[in-house]
Amino acid sequence: MNATQTLIALWTLVLKEIKRFTRIWPQTLLPPSITMAMYFIIFGNLIGSRIGDMDGFSYMDFIVPGLIMMSVITNSYSNVASSFFSNKFQRSIEEMMVSPMPNWVILAGFILGGMARGLGVGLIVTVVSLFFTRLTMEHPLLTVLVVVLTSALFSIGGFINALLANKFDDISIVPTFILTPLTYLGGVFYSISMLPDFWQGVSMLNPILYMVNVFRYGFLGVSDIPVGWALAAIFAFIIVLFVVALTMLERGKGIRS
Amino acid sequence: MAEPALSIRGLTKVYGNGFQALKGIDLDVQQGDFFALLGPNGAGKSTTLGVVCSLVQKTAGQVSIFGIDVDKDFAKAKYQLGVVPQEFNFNQFEKVLDIVLAQAGYYGMTSREALPRAKQLLTDLGLWEKRNGSARMLSGGMKRRLMIARALMHRPKLLILDEPTAGVDIELRRSMWEYMRRINQDEGTTIILTTHYLEEAESLCRNVAIINNGDIVRNTSVRELLAELDTETFLIDLAEPVAEVPHIEGFELHQIEPTQLSLLVHRGQRLNDVFKALSEQGIEVVSMRNRANRLEEMFVSMVEGSGQGAIDQRVEKKEERV
Repeated sequence: MNATQTLIALWTLVLKEIKRFTRIWPQTLLPPSITMAMYFIIFGNLIGSRIGDMDGFSYMDFIVPGLIMMSVITNSYSNVASSFFSNKFQRSIEEMMVSPMPNWVILAGFILGGMARGLGVGLIVTVVSLFFTRLTMEHPLLTVLVVVLTSALFSIGGFINALLANKFDDISIVPTFILTPLTYLGGVFYSISMLPDFWQGVSMLNPILYMVNVFRYGFLGVSDIPVGWALAAIFAFIIVLFVVALTMLERGKGIRS
Repeated sequence: MAEPALSIRGLTKVYGNGFQALKGIDLDVQQGDFFALLGPNGAGKSTTLGVVCSLVQKTAGQVSIFGIDVDKDFAKAKYQLGVVPQEFNFNQFEKVLDIVLAQAGYYGMTSREALPRAKQLLTDLGLWEKRNGSARMLSGGMKRRLMIARALMHRPKLLILDEPTAGVDIELRRSMWEYMRRINQDEGTTIILTTHYLEEAESLCRNVAIINNGDIVRNTSVRELLAELDTETFLIDLAEPVAEVPHIEGFELHQIEPTQLSLLVHRGQRLNDVFKALSEQGIEVVSMRNRANRLEEMFVSMVEGSGQGAIDQRVEKKEERV
Protein backbone atom coordinates (compact mmCIF):
# COMPACT_ATOMS: atom_id res chain seq x y z
CA MET A 1 0.00 0.00 0.00
CA ASN A 2 1.30 3.46 -0.75
CA ALA A 3 1.08 6.28 1.80
CA THR A 4 -2.25 7.63 0.51
CA GLN A 5 -3.87 4.19 0.50
CA THR A 6 -2.55 3.55 4.00
CA LEU A 7 -4.04 6.82 5.23
CA ILE A 8 -7.39 6.01 3.59
CA ALA A 9 -7.40 2.59 5.27
CA LEU A 10 -6.55 4.12 8.65
CA TRP A 11 -9.20 6.81 8.31
CA THR A 12 -11.79 4.20 7.26
CA LEU A 13 -11.13 2.19 10.39
CA VAL A 14 -11.12 5.22 12.71
CA LEU A 15 -14.35 6.53 11.18
CA LYS A 16 -15.94 3.12 11.54
CA GLU A 17 -14.98 3.04 15.22
CA ILE A 18 -16.36 6.55 15.81
CA LYS A 19 -19.60 5.62 14.03
CA ARG A 20 -19.87 2.54 16.24
CA PHE A 21 -19.72 4.30 19.59
CA THR A 22 -21.84 7.25 18.47
CA ARG A 23 -24.49 4.84 17.08
CA ILE A 24 -24.84 3.33 20.55
CA TRP A 25 -24.46 6.62 22.46
CA PRO A 26 -26.95 5.66 25.20
CA GLN A 27 -24.48 2.90 26.15
CA THR A 28 -21.24 4.75 25.52
CA LEU A 29 -21.58 8.52 25.98
CA LEU A 30 -24.56 9.02 28.26
CA PRO A 31 -23.79 6.73 31.25
CA PRO A 32 -20.37 8.26 32.11
CA SER A 33 -21.88 11.75 31.97
CA ILE A 34 -24.61 10.78 34.44
CA THR A 35 -22.25 8.85 36.72
CA MET A 36 -19.79 11.73 36.88
CA ALA A 37 -22.58 14.24 37.53
CA MET A 38 -23.52 12.04 40.53
CA TYR A 39 -19.90 12.08 41.75
CA PHE A 40 -19.82 15.87 41.47
CA ILE A 41 -23.11 16.24 43.37
CA ILE A 42 -22.40 13.71 46.13
CA PHE A 43 -18.63 13.87 46.64
CA GLY A 44 -18.06 17.40 45.43
CA ASN A 45 -21.05 19.27 46.80
CA LEU A 46 -22.63 17.27 49.61
CA ILE A 47 -19.69 15.46 51.23
CA GLY A 48 -16.95 17.69 49.83
CA SER A 49 -18.17 20.75 51.73
CA ARG A 50 -17.62 18.84 55.00
CA ILE A 51 -14.18 17.52 53.99
CA GLY A 52 -12.73 20.97 53.52
CA ASP A 53 -9.64 21.84 51.48
CA MET A 54 -7.32 19.29 49.85
CA ASP A 55 -3.77 20.43 48.98
CA GLY A 56 -5.03 24.01 49.32
CA PHE A 57 -8.00 23.63 46.96
CA SER A 58 -11.71 23.04 47.52
CA TYR A 59 -12.53 19.32 47.45
CA MET A 60 -14.64 19.83 44.31
CA ASP A 61 -11.73 21.46 42.46
CA PHE A 62 -9.42 18.70 43.66
CA ILE A 63 -11.52 15.79 42.41
CA VAL A 64 -12.58 17.25 39.02
CA PRO A 65 -9.27 16.45 37.19
CA GLY A 66 -9.20 12.95 38.71
CA LEU A 67 -12.76 12.20 37.68
CA ILE A 68 -12.16 13.46 34.14
CA MET A 69 -9.08 11.24 33.95
CA MET A 70 -11.01 8.28 35.35
CA SER A 71 -13.61 8.68 32.58
CA VAL A 72 -10.93 8.91 29.91
CA ILE A 73 -9.13 5.79 31.18
CA THR A 74 -12.20 3.56 31.50
CA ASN A 75 -13.78 4.67 28.22
CA SER A 76 -10.60 4.39 26.15
CA TYR A 77 -9.96 0.93 27.52
CA SER A 78 -13.47 -0.44 27.27
CA ASN A 79 -14.08 0.98 23.79
CA VAL A 80 -11.17 -0.90 22.24
CA ALA A 81 -11.66 -4.02 24.35
CA SER A 82 -15.34 -4.38 23.47
CA SER A 83 -15.07 -3.24 19.85
CA PHE A 84 -12.12 -5.45 18.95
CA PHE A 85 -13.56 -8.42 20.81
CA SER A 86 -16.92 -7.94 19.04
CA ASN A 87 -15.03 -7.95 15.74
CA LYS A 88 -13.39 -11.20 16.79
CA PHE A 89 -16.67 -12.66 18.02
CA GLN A 90 -18.61 -11.74 14.86
CA ARG A 91 -15.56 -12.64 12.77
CA SER A 92 -15.72 -9.24 11.07
CA ILE A 93 -12.03 -8.92 11.98
CA GLU A 94 -11.53 -11.15 8.92
CA GLU A 95 -12.57 -8.18 6.74
CA MET A 96 -9.38 -6.46 7.89
CA MET A 97 -7.21 -9.57 7.93
CA VAL A 98 -7.88 -10.47 4.29
CA SER A 99 -7.20 -6.88 3.19
CA PRO A 100 -3.72 -5.55 2.44
CA MET A 101 -3.91 -3.21 5.45
CA PRO A 102 -0.71 -3.55 7.51
CA ASN A 103 -1.13 -4.76 11.09
CA TRP A 104 0.15 -1.49 12.52
CA VAL A 105 -2.72 0.32 10.74
CA ILE A 106 -5.27 -2.06 12.28
CA LEU A 107 -3.73 -1.45 15.71
CA ALA A 108 -3.51 2.33 15.21
CA GLY A 109 -7.10 2.45 13.92
CA PHE A 110 -8.47 0.79 17.05
CA ILE A 111 -6.27 2.92 19.32
CA LEU A 112 -7.43 6.14 17.65
CA GLY A 113 -11.03 4.96 17.87
CA GLY A 114 -10.59 4.29 21.59
CA MET A 115 -8.96 7.68 22.05
CA ALA A 116 -11.84 9.37 20.22
CA ARG A 117 -14.31 7.90 22.69
CA GLY A 118 -12.10 8.37 25.76
CA LEU A 119 -11.34 11.99 24.94
CA GLY A 120 -14.92 12.62 23.83
CA VAL A 121 -16.28 11.38 27.15
CA GLY A 122 -13.55 13.36 28.94
CA LEU A 123 -14.76 16.48 27.18
CA ILE A 124 -18.39 15.77 28.11
CA VAL A 125 -17.43 15.22 31.77
CA THR A 126 -15.41 18.47 31.70
CA VAL A 127 -18.48 20.32 30.42
CA VAL A 128 -20.63 18.69 33.13
CA SER A 129 -18.10 19.75 35.78
CA LEU A 130 -18.55 23.39 34.71
CA PHE A 131 -22.05 23.25 36.22
CA PHE A 132 -20.42 22.64 39.61
CA THR A 133 -17.20 24.63 39.61
CA ARG A 134 -15.09 27.10 37.65
CA LEU A 135 -12.20 25.28 36.00
CA THR A 136 -8.86 26.93 35.52
CA MET A 137 -5.85 25.44 33.74
CA GLU A 138 -2.38 26.31 34.97
CA HIS A 139 -0.62 24.35 32.21
CA PRO A 140 -3.02 23.80 29.28
CA LEU A 141 -0.51 22.12 26.92
CA LEU A 142 0.66 19.68 29.57
CA THR A 143 -2.97 18.92 30.47
CA VAL A 144 -3.83 18.07 26.86
CA LEU A 145 -0.61 16.10 26.35
CA VAL A 146 -1.08 13.91 29.40
CA VAL A 147 -4.74 13.17 28.74
CA VAL A 148 -3.99 12.24 25.10
CA LEU A 149 -1.11 9.97 26.11
CA THR A 150 -3.11 8.32 28.88
CA SER A 151 -5.99 7.69 26.50
CA ALA A 152 -3.59 6.13 23.98
CA LEU A 153 -2.00 3.95 26.67
CA PHE A 154 -5.29 2.53 27.91
CA SER A 155 -6.57 2.04 24.37
CA ILE A 156 -3.56 -0.19 23.73
CA GLY A 157 -4.28 -1.98 27.00
CA GLY A 158 -7.86 -2.63 25.86
CA PHE A 159 -6.57 -3.98 22.55
CA ILE A 160 -4.26 -6.50 24.24
CA ASN A 161 -7.08 -7.56 26.55
CA ALA A 162 -9.38 -8.16 23.55
CA LEU A 163 -6.70 -10.11 21.66
CA LEU A 164 -6.26 -12.45 24.62
CA ALA A 165 -9.98 -12.71 25.45
CA ASN A 166 -11.91 -15.83 24.51
CA LYS A 167 -15.28 -14.79 25.88
CA PHE A 168 -17.07 -11.58 26.84
CA ASP A 169 -16.32 -12.20 30.55
CA ASP A 170 -12.63 -11.90 29.75
CA ILE A 171 -12.96 -8.27 28.68
CA SER A 172 -14.72 -7.24 31.89
CA ILE A 173 -12.27 -8.89 34.32
CA VAL A 174 -9.46 -6.36 33.88
CA PRO A 175 -11.66 -3.21 34.10
CA THR A 176 -13.54 -4.57 37.12
CA PHE A 177 -10.76 -6.14 39.14
CA ILE A 178 -7.70 -4.14 38.10
CA LEU A 179 -8.54 -0.81 36.47
CA THR A 180 -11.27 0.33 38.84
CA PRO A 181 -9.34 -0.42 42.08
CA LEU A 182 -6.16 1.16 40.68
CA THR A 183 -8.11 4.26 39.62
CA TYR A 184 -9.88 4.64 42.96
CA LEU A 185 -6.55 4.17 44.75
CA GLY A 186 -4.76 6.41 42.24
CA GLY A 187 -5.36 9.66 44.08
CA VAL A 188 -8.61 10.58 42.34
CA PHE A 189 -10.41 11.31 45.62
CA TYR A 190 -7.49 12.08 47.95
CA SER A 191 -3.92 13.28 48.08
CA ILE A 192 -1.43 10.53 48.87
CA SER A 193 0.24 12.95 51.28
CA MET A 194 -2.66 12.06 53.61
CA LEU A 195 -1.48 8.43 53.73
CA PRO A 196 1.10 6.93 56.14
CA ASP A 197 4.59 6.58 54.65
CA PHE A 198 4.20 2.87 53.94
CA TRP A 199 0.98 3.31 51.94
CA GLN A 200 2.48 6.29 50.13
CA GLY A 201 5.25 3.94 48.99
CA VAL A 202 2.73 1.33 47.92
CA SER A 203 0.72 3.98 46.03
CA MET A 204 3.83 4.94 44.08
CA LEU A 205 3.66 1.49 42.42
CA ASN A 206 0.28 2.41 40.93
CA PRO A 207 0.80 3.78 37.37
CA ILE A 208 -2.58 5.51 37.35
CA LEU A 209 -1.45 7.70 40.27
CA TYR A 210 1.12 9.33 37.96
CA MET A 211 -1.40 10.10 35.25
CA VAL A 212 -3.98 11.53 37.61
CA ASN A 213 -1.35 13.65 39.34
CA VAL A 214 0.18 15.06 36.18
CA PHE A 215 -3.30 15.82 34.85
CA ARG A 216 -4.21 17.54 38.12
CA TYR A 217 -0.94 19.43 37.94
CA GLY A 218 -2.03 20.74 34.54
CA PHE A 219 -5.23 22.13 36.08
CA LEU A 220 -4.16 23.17 39.57
CA GLY A 221 -0.38 23.39 39.41
CA VAL A 222 0.09 20.90 42.30
CA SER A 223 1.26 17.30 42.16
CA ASP A 224 2.27 14.59 44.64
CA ILE A 225 4.97 13.31 42.30
CA PRO A 226 7.61 14.72 39.87
CA VAL A 227 5.85 15.66 36.59
CA GLY A 228 8.75 14.94 34.22
CA TRP A 229 9.30 11.49 35.67
CA ALA A 230 5.60 10.68 35.30
CA LEU A 231 5.51 11.79 31.65
CA ALA A 232 8.56 9.66 30.86
CA ALA A 233 6.89 6.65 32.51
CA ILE A 234 3.71 7.11 30.42
CA PHE A 235 5.78 7.35 27.22
CA ALA A 236 7.70 4.22 28.11
CA PHE A 237 4.51 2.27 28.87
CA ILE A 238 3.01 3.33 25.53
CA ILE A 239 6.04 2.18 23.57
CA VAL A 240 6.32 -1.15 25.38
CA LEU A 241 2.60 -1.97 25.14
CA PHE A 242 2.42 -0.89 21.47
CA VAL A 243 5.28 -3.23 20.60
CA VAL A 244 3.68 -6.05 22.59
CA ALA A 245 0.27 -5.51 20.90
CA LEU A 246 1.80 -5.31 17.42
CA THR A 247 3.89 -8.43 17.96
CA MET A 248 0.82 -10.34 19.11
CA LEU A 249 -1.12 -9.10 16.10
CA GLU A 250 1.69 -10.06 13.69
CA ARG A 251 1.73 -13.55 15.20
CA GLY A 252 -2.04 -13.75 14.86
CA LYS A 253 -2.50 -14.30 18.59
CA GLY A 254 -6.18 -14.97 19.24
CA ILE A 255 -7.24 -14.26 15.66
CA ARG A 256 -5.44 -16.75 13.38
CA SER A 257 -5.56 -20.50 13.81
CA MET B 1 2.45 -19.45 -20.17
CA ALA B 2 0.78 -17.03 -17.75
CA GLU B 3 1.39 -17.51 -14.04
CA PRO B 4 -1.34 -19.57 -12.37
CA ALA B 5 -3.90 -17.51 -10.46
CA LEU B 6 -3.14 -19.73 -7.49
CA SER B 7 -0.20 -22.02 -7.02
CA ILE B 8 0.21 -24.16 -3.91
CA ARG B 9 3.23 -26.35 -3.24
CA GLY B 10 3.72 -28.73 -0.32
CA LEU B 11 1.12 -26.99 1.83
CA THR B 12 0.99 -28.50 5.29
CA LYS B 13 -1.05 -27.48 8.27
CA VAL B 14 -0.81 -29.05 11.71
CA TYR B 15 -3.13 -27.51 14.30
CA GLY B 16 -2.11 -26.95 17.90
CA ASN B 17 -3.84 -30.16 19.02
CA GLY B 18 -1.65 -32.17 16.63
CA PHE B 19 -4.32 -32.69 13.99
CA GLN B 20 -2.78 -32.62 10.52
CA ALA B 21 -5.37 -30.87 8.36
CA LEU B 22 -3.20 -30.64 5.22
CA LYS B 23 -0.52 -33.15 4.26
CA GLY B 24 1.68 -31.29 1.80
CA ILE B 25 -0.79 -30.58 -0.98
CA ASP B 26 0.08 -29.24 -4.44
CA LEU B 27 -2.52 -27.36 -6.47
CA ASP B 28 -2.59 -25.02 -9.46
CA VAL B 29 -5.56 -22.96 -10.58
CA GLN B 30 -5.08 -21.31 -13.95
CA GLN B 31 -6.08 -17.72 -14.73
CA GLY B 32 -9.69 -17.37 -15.85
CA ASP B 33 -10.67 -20.81 -14.53
CA PHE B 34 -13.87 -21.63 -12.66
CA PHE B 35 -12.46 -24.19 -10.25
CA ALA B 36 -14.20 -26.42 -7.73
CA LEU B 37 -12.48 -27.58 -4.56
CA LEU B 38 -14.57 -30.43 -3.25
CA GLY B 39 -14.35 -32.70 -0.27
CA PRO B 40 -16.31 -33.99 2.69
CA ASN B 41 -16.59 -31.93 5.87
CA GLY B 42 -13.24 -31.69 7.63
CA ALA B 43 -11.30 -32.76 4.51
CA GLY B 44 -9.15 -29.60 4.46
CA LYS B 45 -10.98 -27.31 1.99
CA SER B 46 -11.52 -24.40 4.34
CA THR B 47 -8.05 -24.78 5.85
CA THR B 48 -6.54 -24.55 2.36
CA LEU B 49 -8.55 -21.45 1.52
CA GLY B 50 -7.88 -20.02 5.00
CA VAL B 51 -4.14 -20.20 4.35
CA VAL B 52 -4.57 -18.54 0.95
CA CYS B 53 -6.56 -15.70 2.59
CA SER B 54 -4.14 -15.37 5.55
CA LEU B 55 -6.77 -16.41 8.08
CA VAL B 56 -4.91 -19.62 8.88
CA GLN B 57 -1.15 -19.85 9.45
CA LYS B 58 0.47 -22.58 7.42
CA THR B 59 2.93 -24.99 8.98
CA ALA B 60 4.94 -25.46 5.76
CA GLY B 61 4.71 -24.99 2.02
CA GLN B 62 4.45 -22.21 -0.48
CA VAL B 63 1.48 -20.23 -1.77
CA SER B 64 1.64 -17.85 -4.74
CA ILE B 65 -1.17 -15.69 -6.06
CA PHE B 66 -0.60 -14.58 -9.67
CA GLY B 67 3.07 -15.36 -9.14
CA ILE B 68 3.35 -13.33 -5.95
CA ASP B 69 4.75 -15.39 -3.09
CA VAL B 70 2.57 -14.61 -0.06
CA ASP B 71 5.57 -15.04 2.26
CA LYS B 72 7.37 -12.24 0.42
CA ASP B 73 4.58 -9.74 -0.27
CA PHE B 74 1.23 -10.80 1.14
CA ALA B 75 -0.14 -7.24 0.89
CA LYS B 76 0.43 -7.15 -2.88
CA ALA B 77 -1.05 -10.64 -3.26
CA LYS B 78 -4.12 -9.64 -1.25
CA TYR B 79 -5.01 -6.94 -3.79
CA GLN B 80 -5.64 -9.76 -6.28
CA LEU B 81 -7.85 -11.68 -3.89
CA GLY B 82 -11.54 -11.43 -2.95
CA VAL B 83 -13.00 -13.72 -0.31
CA VAL B 84 -16.57 -14.83 0.36
CA PRO B 85 -16.37 -17.01 3.46
CA GLN B 86 -18.68 -19.78 4.57
CA GLU B 87 -19.92 -17.96 7.70
CA PHE B 88 -21.35 -14.44 7.81
CA ASN B 89 -18.42 -12.31 8.91
CA PHE B 90 -19.62 -8.73 8.89
CA ASN B 91 -20.87 -6.54 11.71
CA GLN B 92 -24.59 -7.28 11.70
CA PHE B 93 -25.39 -3.88 13.18
CA GLU B 94 -23.76 -1.86 10.43
CA LYS B 95 -25.55 -0.48 7.40
CA VAL B 96 -25.23 -2.48 4.17
CA LEU B 97 -23.61 0.43 2.33
CA ASP B 98 -21.18 1.11 5.18
CA ILE B 99 -20.00 -2.52 5.10
CA VAL B 100 -19.03 -2.45 1.43
CA LEU B 101 -17.57 1.07 1.62
CA ALA B 102 -15.44 0.15 4.63
CA GLN B 103 -14.05 -2.84 2.74
CA ALA B 104 -13.10 -0.55 -0.15
CA GLY B 105 -11.41 1.77 2.33
CA TYR B 106 -9.31 -1.09 3.72
CA TYR B 107 -7.94 -1.52 0.19
CA GLY B 108 -7.15 2.19 0.00
CA MET B 109 -9.97 3.10 -2.42
CA THR B 110 -11.17 6.69 -2.21
CA SER B 111 -14.87 7.30 -1.61
CA ARG B 112 -15.06 8.82 -5.12
CA GLU B 113 -14.05 5.42 -6.56
CA ALA B 114 -15.86 3.32 -3.98
CA LEU B 115 -19.35 4.83 -4.08
CA PRO B 116 -20.11 4.19 -7.80
CA ARG B 117 -18.61 0.70 -7.49
CA ALA B 118 -20.78 -0.01 -4.42
CA LYS B 119 -23.87 1.26 -6.24
CA GLN B 120 -23.15 -0.95 -9.25
CA LEU B 121 -22.50 -4.10 -7.21
CA LEU B 122 -25.39 -3.63 -4.79
CA THR B 123 -27.72 -2.95 -7.72
CA ASP B 124 -26.47 -6.01 -9.64
CA LEU B 125 -26.99 -8.16 -6.57
CA GLY B 126 -30.41 -6.70 -5.73
CA LEU B 127 -29.33 -4.95 -2.54
CA TRP B 128 -29.28 -1.26 -3.47
CA GLU B 129 -32.76 -0.67 -2.00
CA LYS B 130 -31.49 -2.13 1.29
CA ARG B 131 -28.34 -0.02 1.41
CA ASN B 132 -29.35 2.12 4.39
CA GLY B 133 -30.75 -0.76 6.43
CA SER B 134 -28.89 -2.69 9.10
CA ALA B 135 -27.26 -5.88 7.77
CA ARG B 136 -28.98 -7.98 10.43
CA MET B 137 -32.34 -7.21 8.82
CA LEU B 138 -31.33 -8.94 5.58
CA SER B 139 -32.46 -12.47 4.74
CA GLY B 140 -29.87 -15.26 4.61
CA GLY B 141 -29.63 -15.07 0.82
CA MET B 142 -29.21 -11.30 0.91
CA LYS B 143 -26.43 -11.63 3.49
CA ARG B 144 -24.60 -14.03 1.17
CA ARG B 145 -24.99 -11.57 -1.71
CA LEU B 146 -23.74 -8.78 0.52
CA MET B 147 -20.56 -10.77 1.14
CA ILE B 148 -20.14 -11.25 -2.62
CA ALA B 149 -20.56 -7.49 -3.23
CA ARG B 150 -18.07 -6.75 -0.45
CA ALA B 151 -15.51 -9.19 -1.87
CA LEU B 152 -15.76 -7.64 -5.35
CA MET B 153 -15.38 -4.00 -4.27
CA HIS B 154 -11.66 -3.79 -5.06
CA ARG B 155 -12.02 -5.68 -8.38
CA PRO B 156 -10.09 -8.83 -7.40
CA LYS B 157 -8.69 -11.07 -10.14
CA LEU B 158 -9.16 -14.16 -7.99
CA LEU B 159 -12.42 -14.72 -6.13
CA ILE B 160 -12.74 -17.41 -3.48
CA LEU B 161 -16.28 -18.56 -2.78
CA ASP B 162 -16.54 -20.87 0.21
CA GLU B 163 -20.01 -22.42 -0.02
CA PRO B 164 -21.61 -19.23 -1.35
CA THR B 165 -25.08 -20.68 -1.85
CA ALA B 166 -25.44 -22.63 1.40
CA GLY B 167 -28.98 -22.20 2.71
CA VAL B 168 -30.10 -20.22 -0.34
CA ASP B 169 -33.36 -21.16 -2.09
CA ILE B 170 -33.22 -22.71 -5.57
CA GLU B 171 -34.38 -19.63 -7.48
CA LEU B 172 -31.87 -17.37 -5.80
CA ARG B 173 -29.14 -19.99 -6.13
CA ARG B 174 -29.64 -20.08 -9.89
CA SER B 175 -29.55 -16.29 -10.14
CA MET B 176 -26.31 -16.32 -8.13
CA TRP B 177 -24.89 -18.93 -10.54
CA GLU B 178 -25.71 -16.63 -13.43
CA TYR B 179 -23.94 -13.77 -11.68
CA MET B 180 -20.86 -15.88 -10.94
CA ARG B 181 -20.75 -17.12 -14.55
CA ARG B 182 -20.94 -13.52 -15.73
CA ILE B 183 -18.03 -12.26 -13.63
CA ASN B 184 -16.00 -15.31 -14.66
CA GLN B 185 -16.73 -15.05 -18.40
CA ASP B 186 -17.20 -11.31 -18.94
CA GLU B 187 -14.69 -9.92 -16.46
CA GLY B 188 -12.22 -12.82 -16.57
CA THR B 189 -12.25 -13.23 -12.81
CA THR B 190 -10.77 -16.55 -11.74
CA ILE B 191 -13.15 -18.25 -9.32
CA ILE B 192 -12.44 -20.99 -6.80
CA LEU B 193 -15.59 -22.52 -5.39
CA THR B 194 -16.20 -24.93 -2.56
CA THR B 195 -19.68 -26.35 -2.31
CA HIS B 196 -21.65 -29.28 -1.04
CA TYR B 197 -24.11 -28.91 -3.94
CA LEU B 198 -22.29 -30.97 -6.52
CA GLU B 199 -24.84 -29.97 -9.13
CA GLU B 200 -23.47 -26.46 -8.61
CA ALA B 201 -19.89 -27.56 -9.26
CA GLU B 202 -20.93 -29.61 -12.30
CA SER B 203 -22.90 -26.73 -13.73
CA LEU B 204 -20.36 -23.95 -13.11
CA CYS B 205 -16.85 -25.33 -12.94
CA ARG B 206 -14.43 -26.41 -15.64
CA ASN B 207 -11.83 -27.97 -13.35
CA VAL B 208 -12.04 -29.71 -10.04
CA ALA B 209 -9.85 -30.93 -7.21
CA ILE B 210 -11.13 -33.40 -4.66
CA ILE B 211 -9.54 -33.21 -1.26
CA ASN B 212 -9.90 -35.86 1.38
CA ASN B 213 -8.09 -36.37 4.69
CA GLY B 214 -5.81 -33.43 3.90
CA ASP B 215 -4.66 -34.85 0.55
CA ILE B 216 -5.68 -33.96 -3.00
CA VAL B 217 -7.06 -37.26 -4.25
CA ARG B 218 -7.95 -36.01 -7.74
CA ASN B 219 -7.24 -32.88 -9.76
CA THR B 220 -8.67 -32.83 -13.28
CA SER B 221 -11.34 -31.28 -15.49
CA VAL B 222 -14.99 -31.86 -14.64
CA ARG B 223 -15.50 -33.37 -18.10
CA GLU B 224 -12.71 -35.92 -17.66
CA LEU B 225 -13.89 -36.81 -14.22
CA LEU B 226 -17.42 -37.44 -15.42
CA ALA B 227 -16.12 -39.50 -18.33
CA GLU B 228 -14.61 -41.87 -15.76
CA LEU B 229 -17.99 -42.47 -14.20
CA ASP B 230 -18.56 -46.25 -14.55
CA THR B 231 -22.16 -46.37 -13.53
CA GLU B 232 -25.13 -44.06 -13.40
CA THR B 233 -28.37 -44.65 -11.54
CA PHE B 234 -31.62 -43.47 -13.06
CA LEU B 235 -35.12 -43.25 -11.63
CA ILE B 236 -37.86 -44.32 -14.06
CA ASP B 237 -41.46 -43.21 -13.50
CA LEU B 238 -44.08 -45.56 -14.97
CA ALA B 239 -47.60 -44.83 -16.22
CA GLU B 240 -49.07 -47.86 -14.40
CA PRO B 241 -47.95 -49.75 -11.27
CA VAL B 242 -46.08 -53.00 -11.89
CA ALA B 243 -46.57 -56.09 -9.76
CA GLU B 244 -42.96 -57.25 -10.03
CA VAL B 245 -39.62 -55.87 -11.19
CA PRO B 246 -39.30 -56.37 -14.95
CA HIS B 247 -36.33 -58.46 -16.06
CA ILE B 248 -34.06 -56.91 -18.69
CA GLU B 249 -30.96 -58.85 -19.71
CA GLY B 250 -27.73 -57.12 -18.56
CA PHE B 251 -29.43 -54.37 -16.54
CA GLU B 252 -30.04 -54.09 -12.81
CA LEU B 253 -33.52 -52.84 -11.89
CA HIS B 254 -35.09 -52.31 -8.46
CA GLN B 255 -38.56 -51.25 -7.47
CA ILE B 256 -38.68 -48.06 -5.39
CA GLU B 257 -42.45 -47.53 -5.48
CA PRO B 258 -45.22 -49.33 -7.42
CA THR B 259 -44.80 -46.79 -10.24
CA GLN B 260 -41.07 -46.12 -9.86
CA LEU B 261 -38.01 -48.18 -10.71
CA SER B 262 -34.31 -47.57 -10.25
CA LEU B 263 -32.01 -48.53 -13.10
CA LEU B 264 -28.24 -49.04 -12.89
CA VAL B 265 -26.53 -48.39 -16.22
CA HIS B 266 -22.87 -49.33 -16.75
CA ARG B 267 -20.62 -47.48 -19.17
CA GLY B 268 -21.22 -48.75 -22.71
CA GLN B 269 -24.78 -49.87 -22.10
CA ARG B 270 -27.53 -48.24 -24.18
CA LEU B 271 -30.68 -46.78 -22.71
CA ASN B 272 -32.53 -47.60 -25.91
CA ASP B 273 -32.29 -51.28 -24.99
CA VAL B 274 -34.06 -50.57 -21.72
CA PHE B 275 -36.89 -48.62 -23.34
CA LYS B 276 -37.30 -51.28 -26.00
CA ALA B 277 -37.48 -54.10 -23.44
CA LEU B 278 -39.94 -52.21 -21.25
CA SER B 279 -42.09 -51.43 -24.24
CA GLU B 280 -42.11 -55.12 -25.24
CA GLN B 281 -43.29 -55.99 -21.74
CA GLY B 282 -46.14 -53.45 -22.10
CA ILE B 283 -44.66 -51.04 -19.57
CA GLU B 284 -45.04 -47.36 -20.43
CA VAL B 285 -42.37 -44.92 -19.20
CA VAL B 286 -43.56 -41.43 -18.24
CA SER B 287 -40.27 -39.83 -17.27
CA MET B 288 -36.68 -40.57 -16.29
CA ARG B 289 -34.02 -38.69 -14.31
CA ASN B 290 -30.65 -39.23 -12.61
CA ARG B 291 -31.09 -40.47 -9.07
CA ALA B 292 -28.20 -38.28 -7.97
CA ASN B 293 -26.13 -35.68 -9.70
CA ARG B 294 -23.45 -37.37 -11.81
CA LEU B 295 -20.58 -35.59 -10.12
CA GLU B 296 -22.07 -36.57 -6.79
CA GLU B 297 -21.90 -40.26 -7.74
CA MET B 298 -18.27 -39.81 -8.76
CA PHE B 299 -17.46 -37.88 -5.61
CA VAL B 300 -19.04 -40.46 -3.32
CA SER B 301 -17.19 -43.28 -5.04
CA MET B 302 -13.86 -41.43 -4.68
CA VAL B 303 -14.12 -40.51 -1.02
CA GLU B 304 -16.05 -43.57 0.14
CA GLY B 305 -13.02 -45.77 0.86
CA SER B 306 -10.96 -43.30 2.81
CA GLY B 307 -13.94 -41.27 4.03
CA GLN B 308 -14.78 -43.51 6.95
CA GLY B 309 -11.15 -43.48 8.01
CA ALA B 310 -11.23 -39.72 8.10
CA ILE B 311 -14.38 -39.71 10.18
CA ASP B 312 -12.89 -42.23 12.63
CA GLN B 313 -9.75 -40.10 12.94
CA ARG B 314 -11.79 -36.98 13.70
CA VAL B 315 -13.79 -38.85 16.35
CA GLU B 316 -10.55 -40.05 17.94
CA LYS B 317 -9.17 -36.49 18.00
CA LYS B 318 -12.36 -35.26 19.64
CA GLU B 319 -12.16 -37.97 22.28
CA GLU B 320 -8.53 -37.08 22.98
CA ARG B 321 -9.55 -33.46 23.60
CA VAL B 322 -12.36 -34.54 25.96
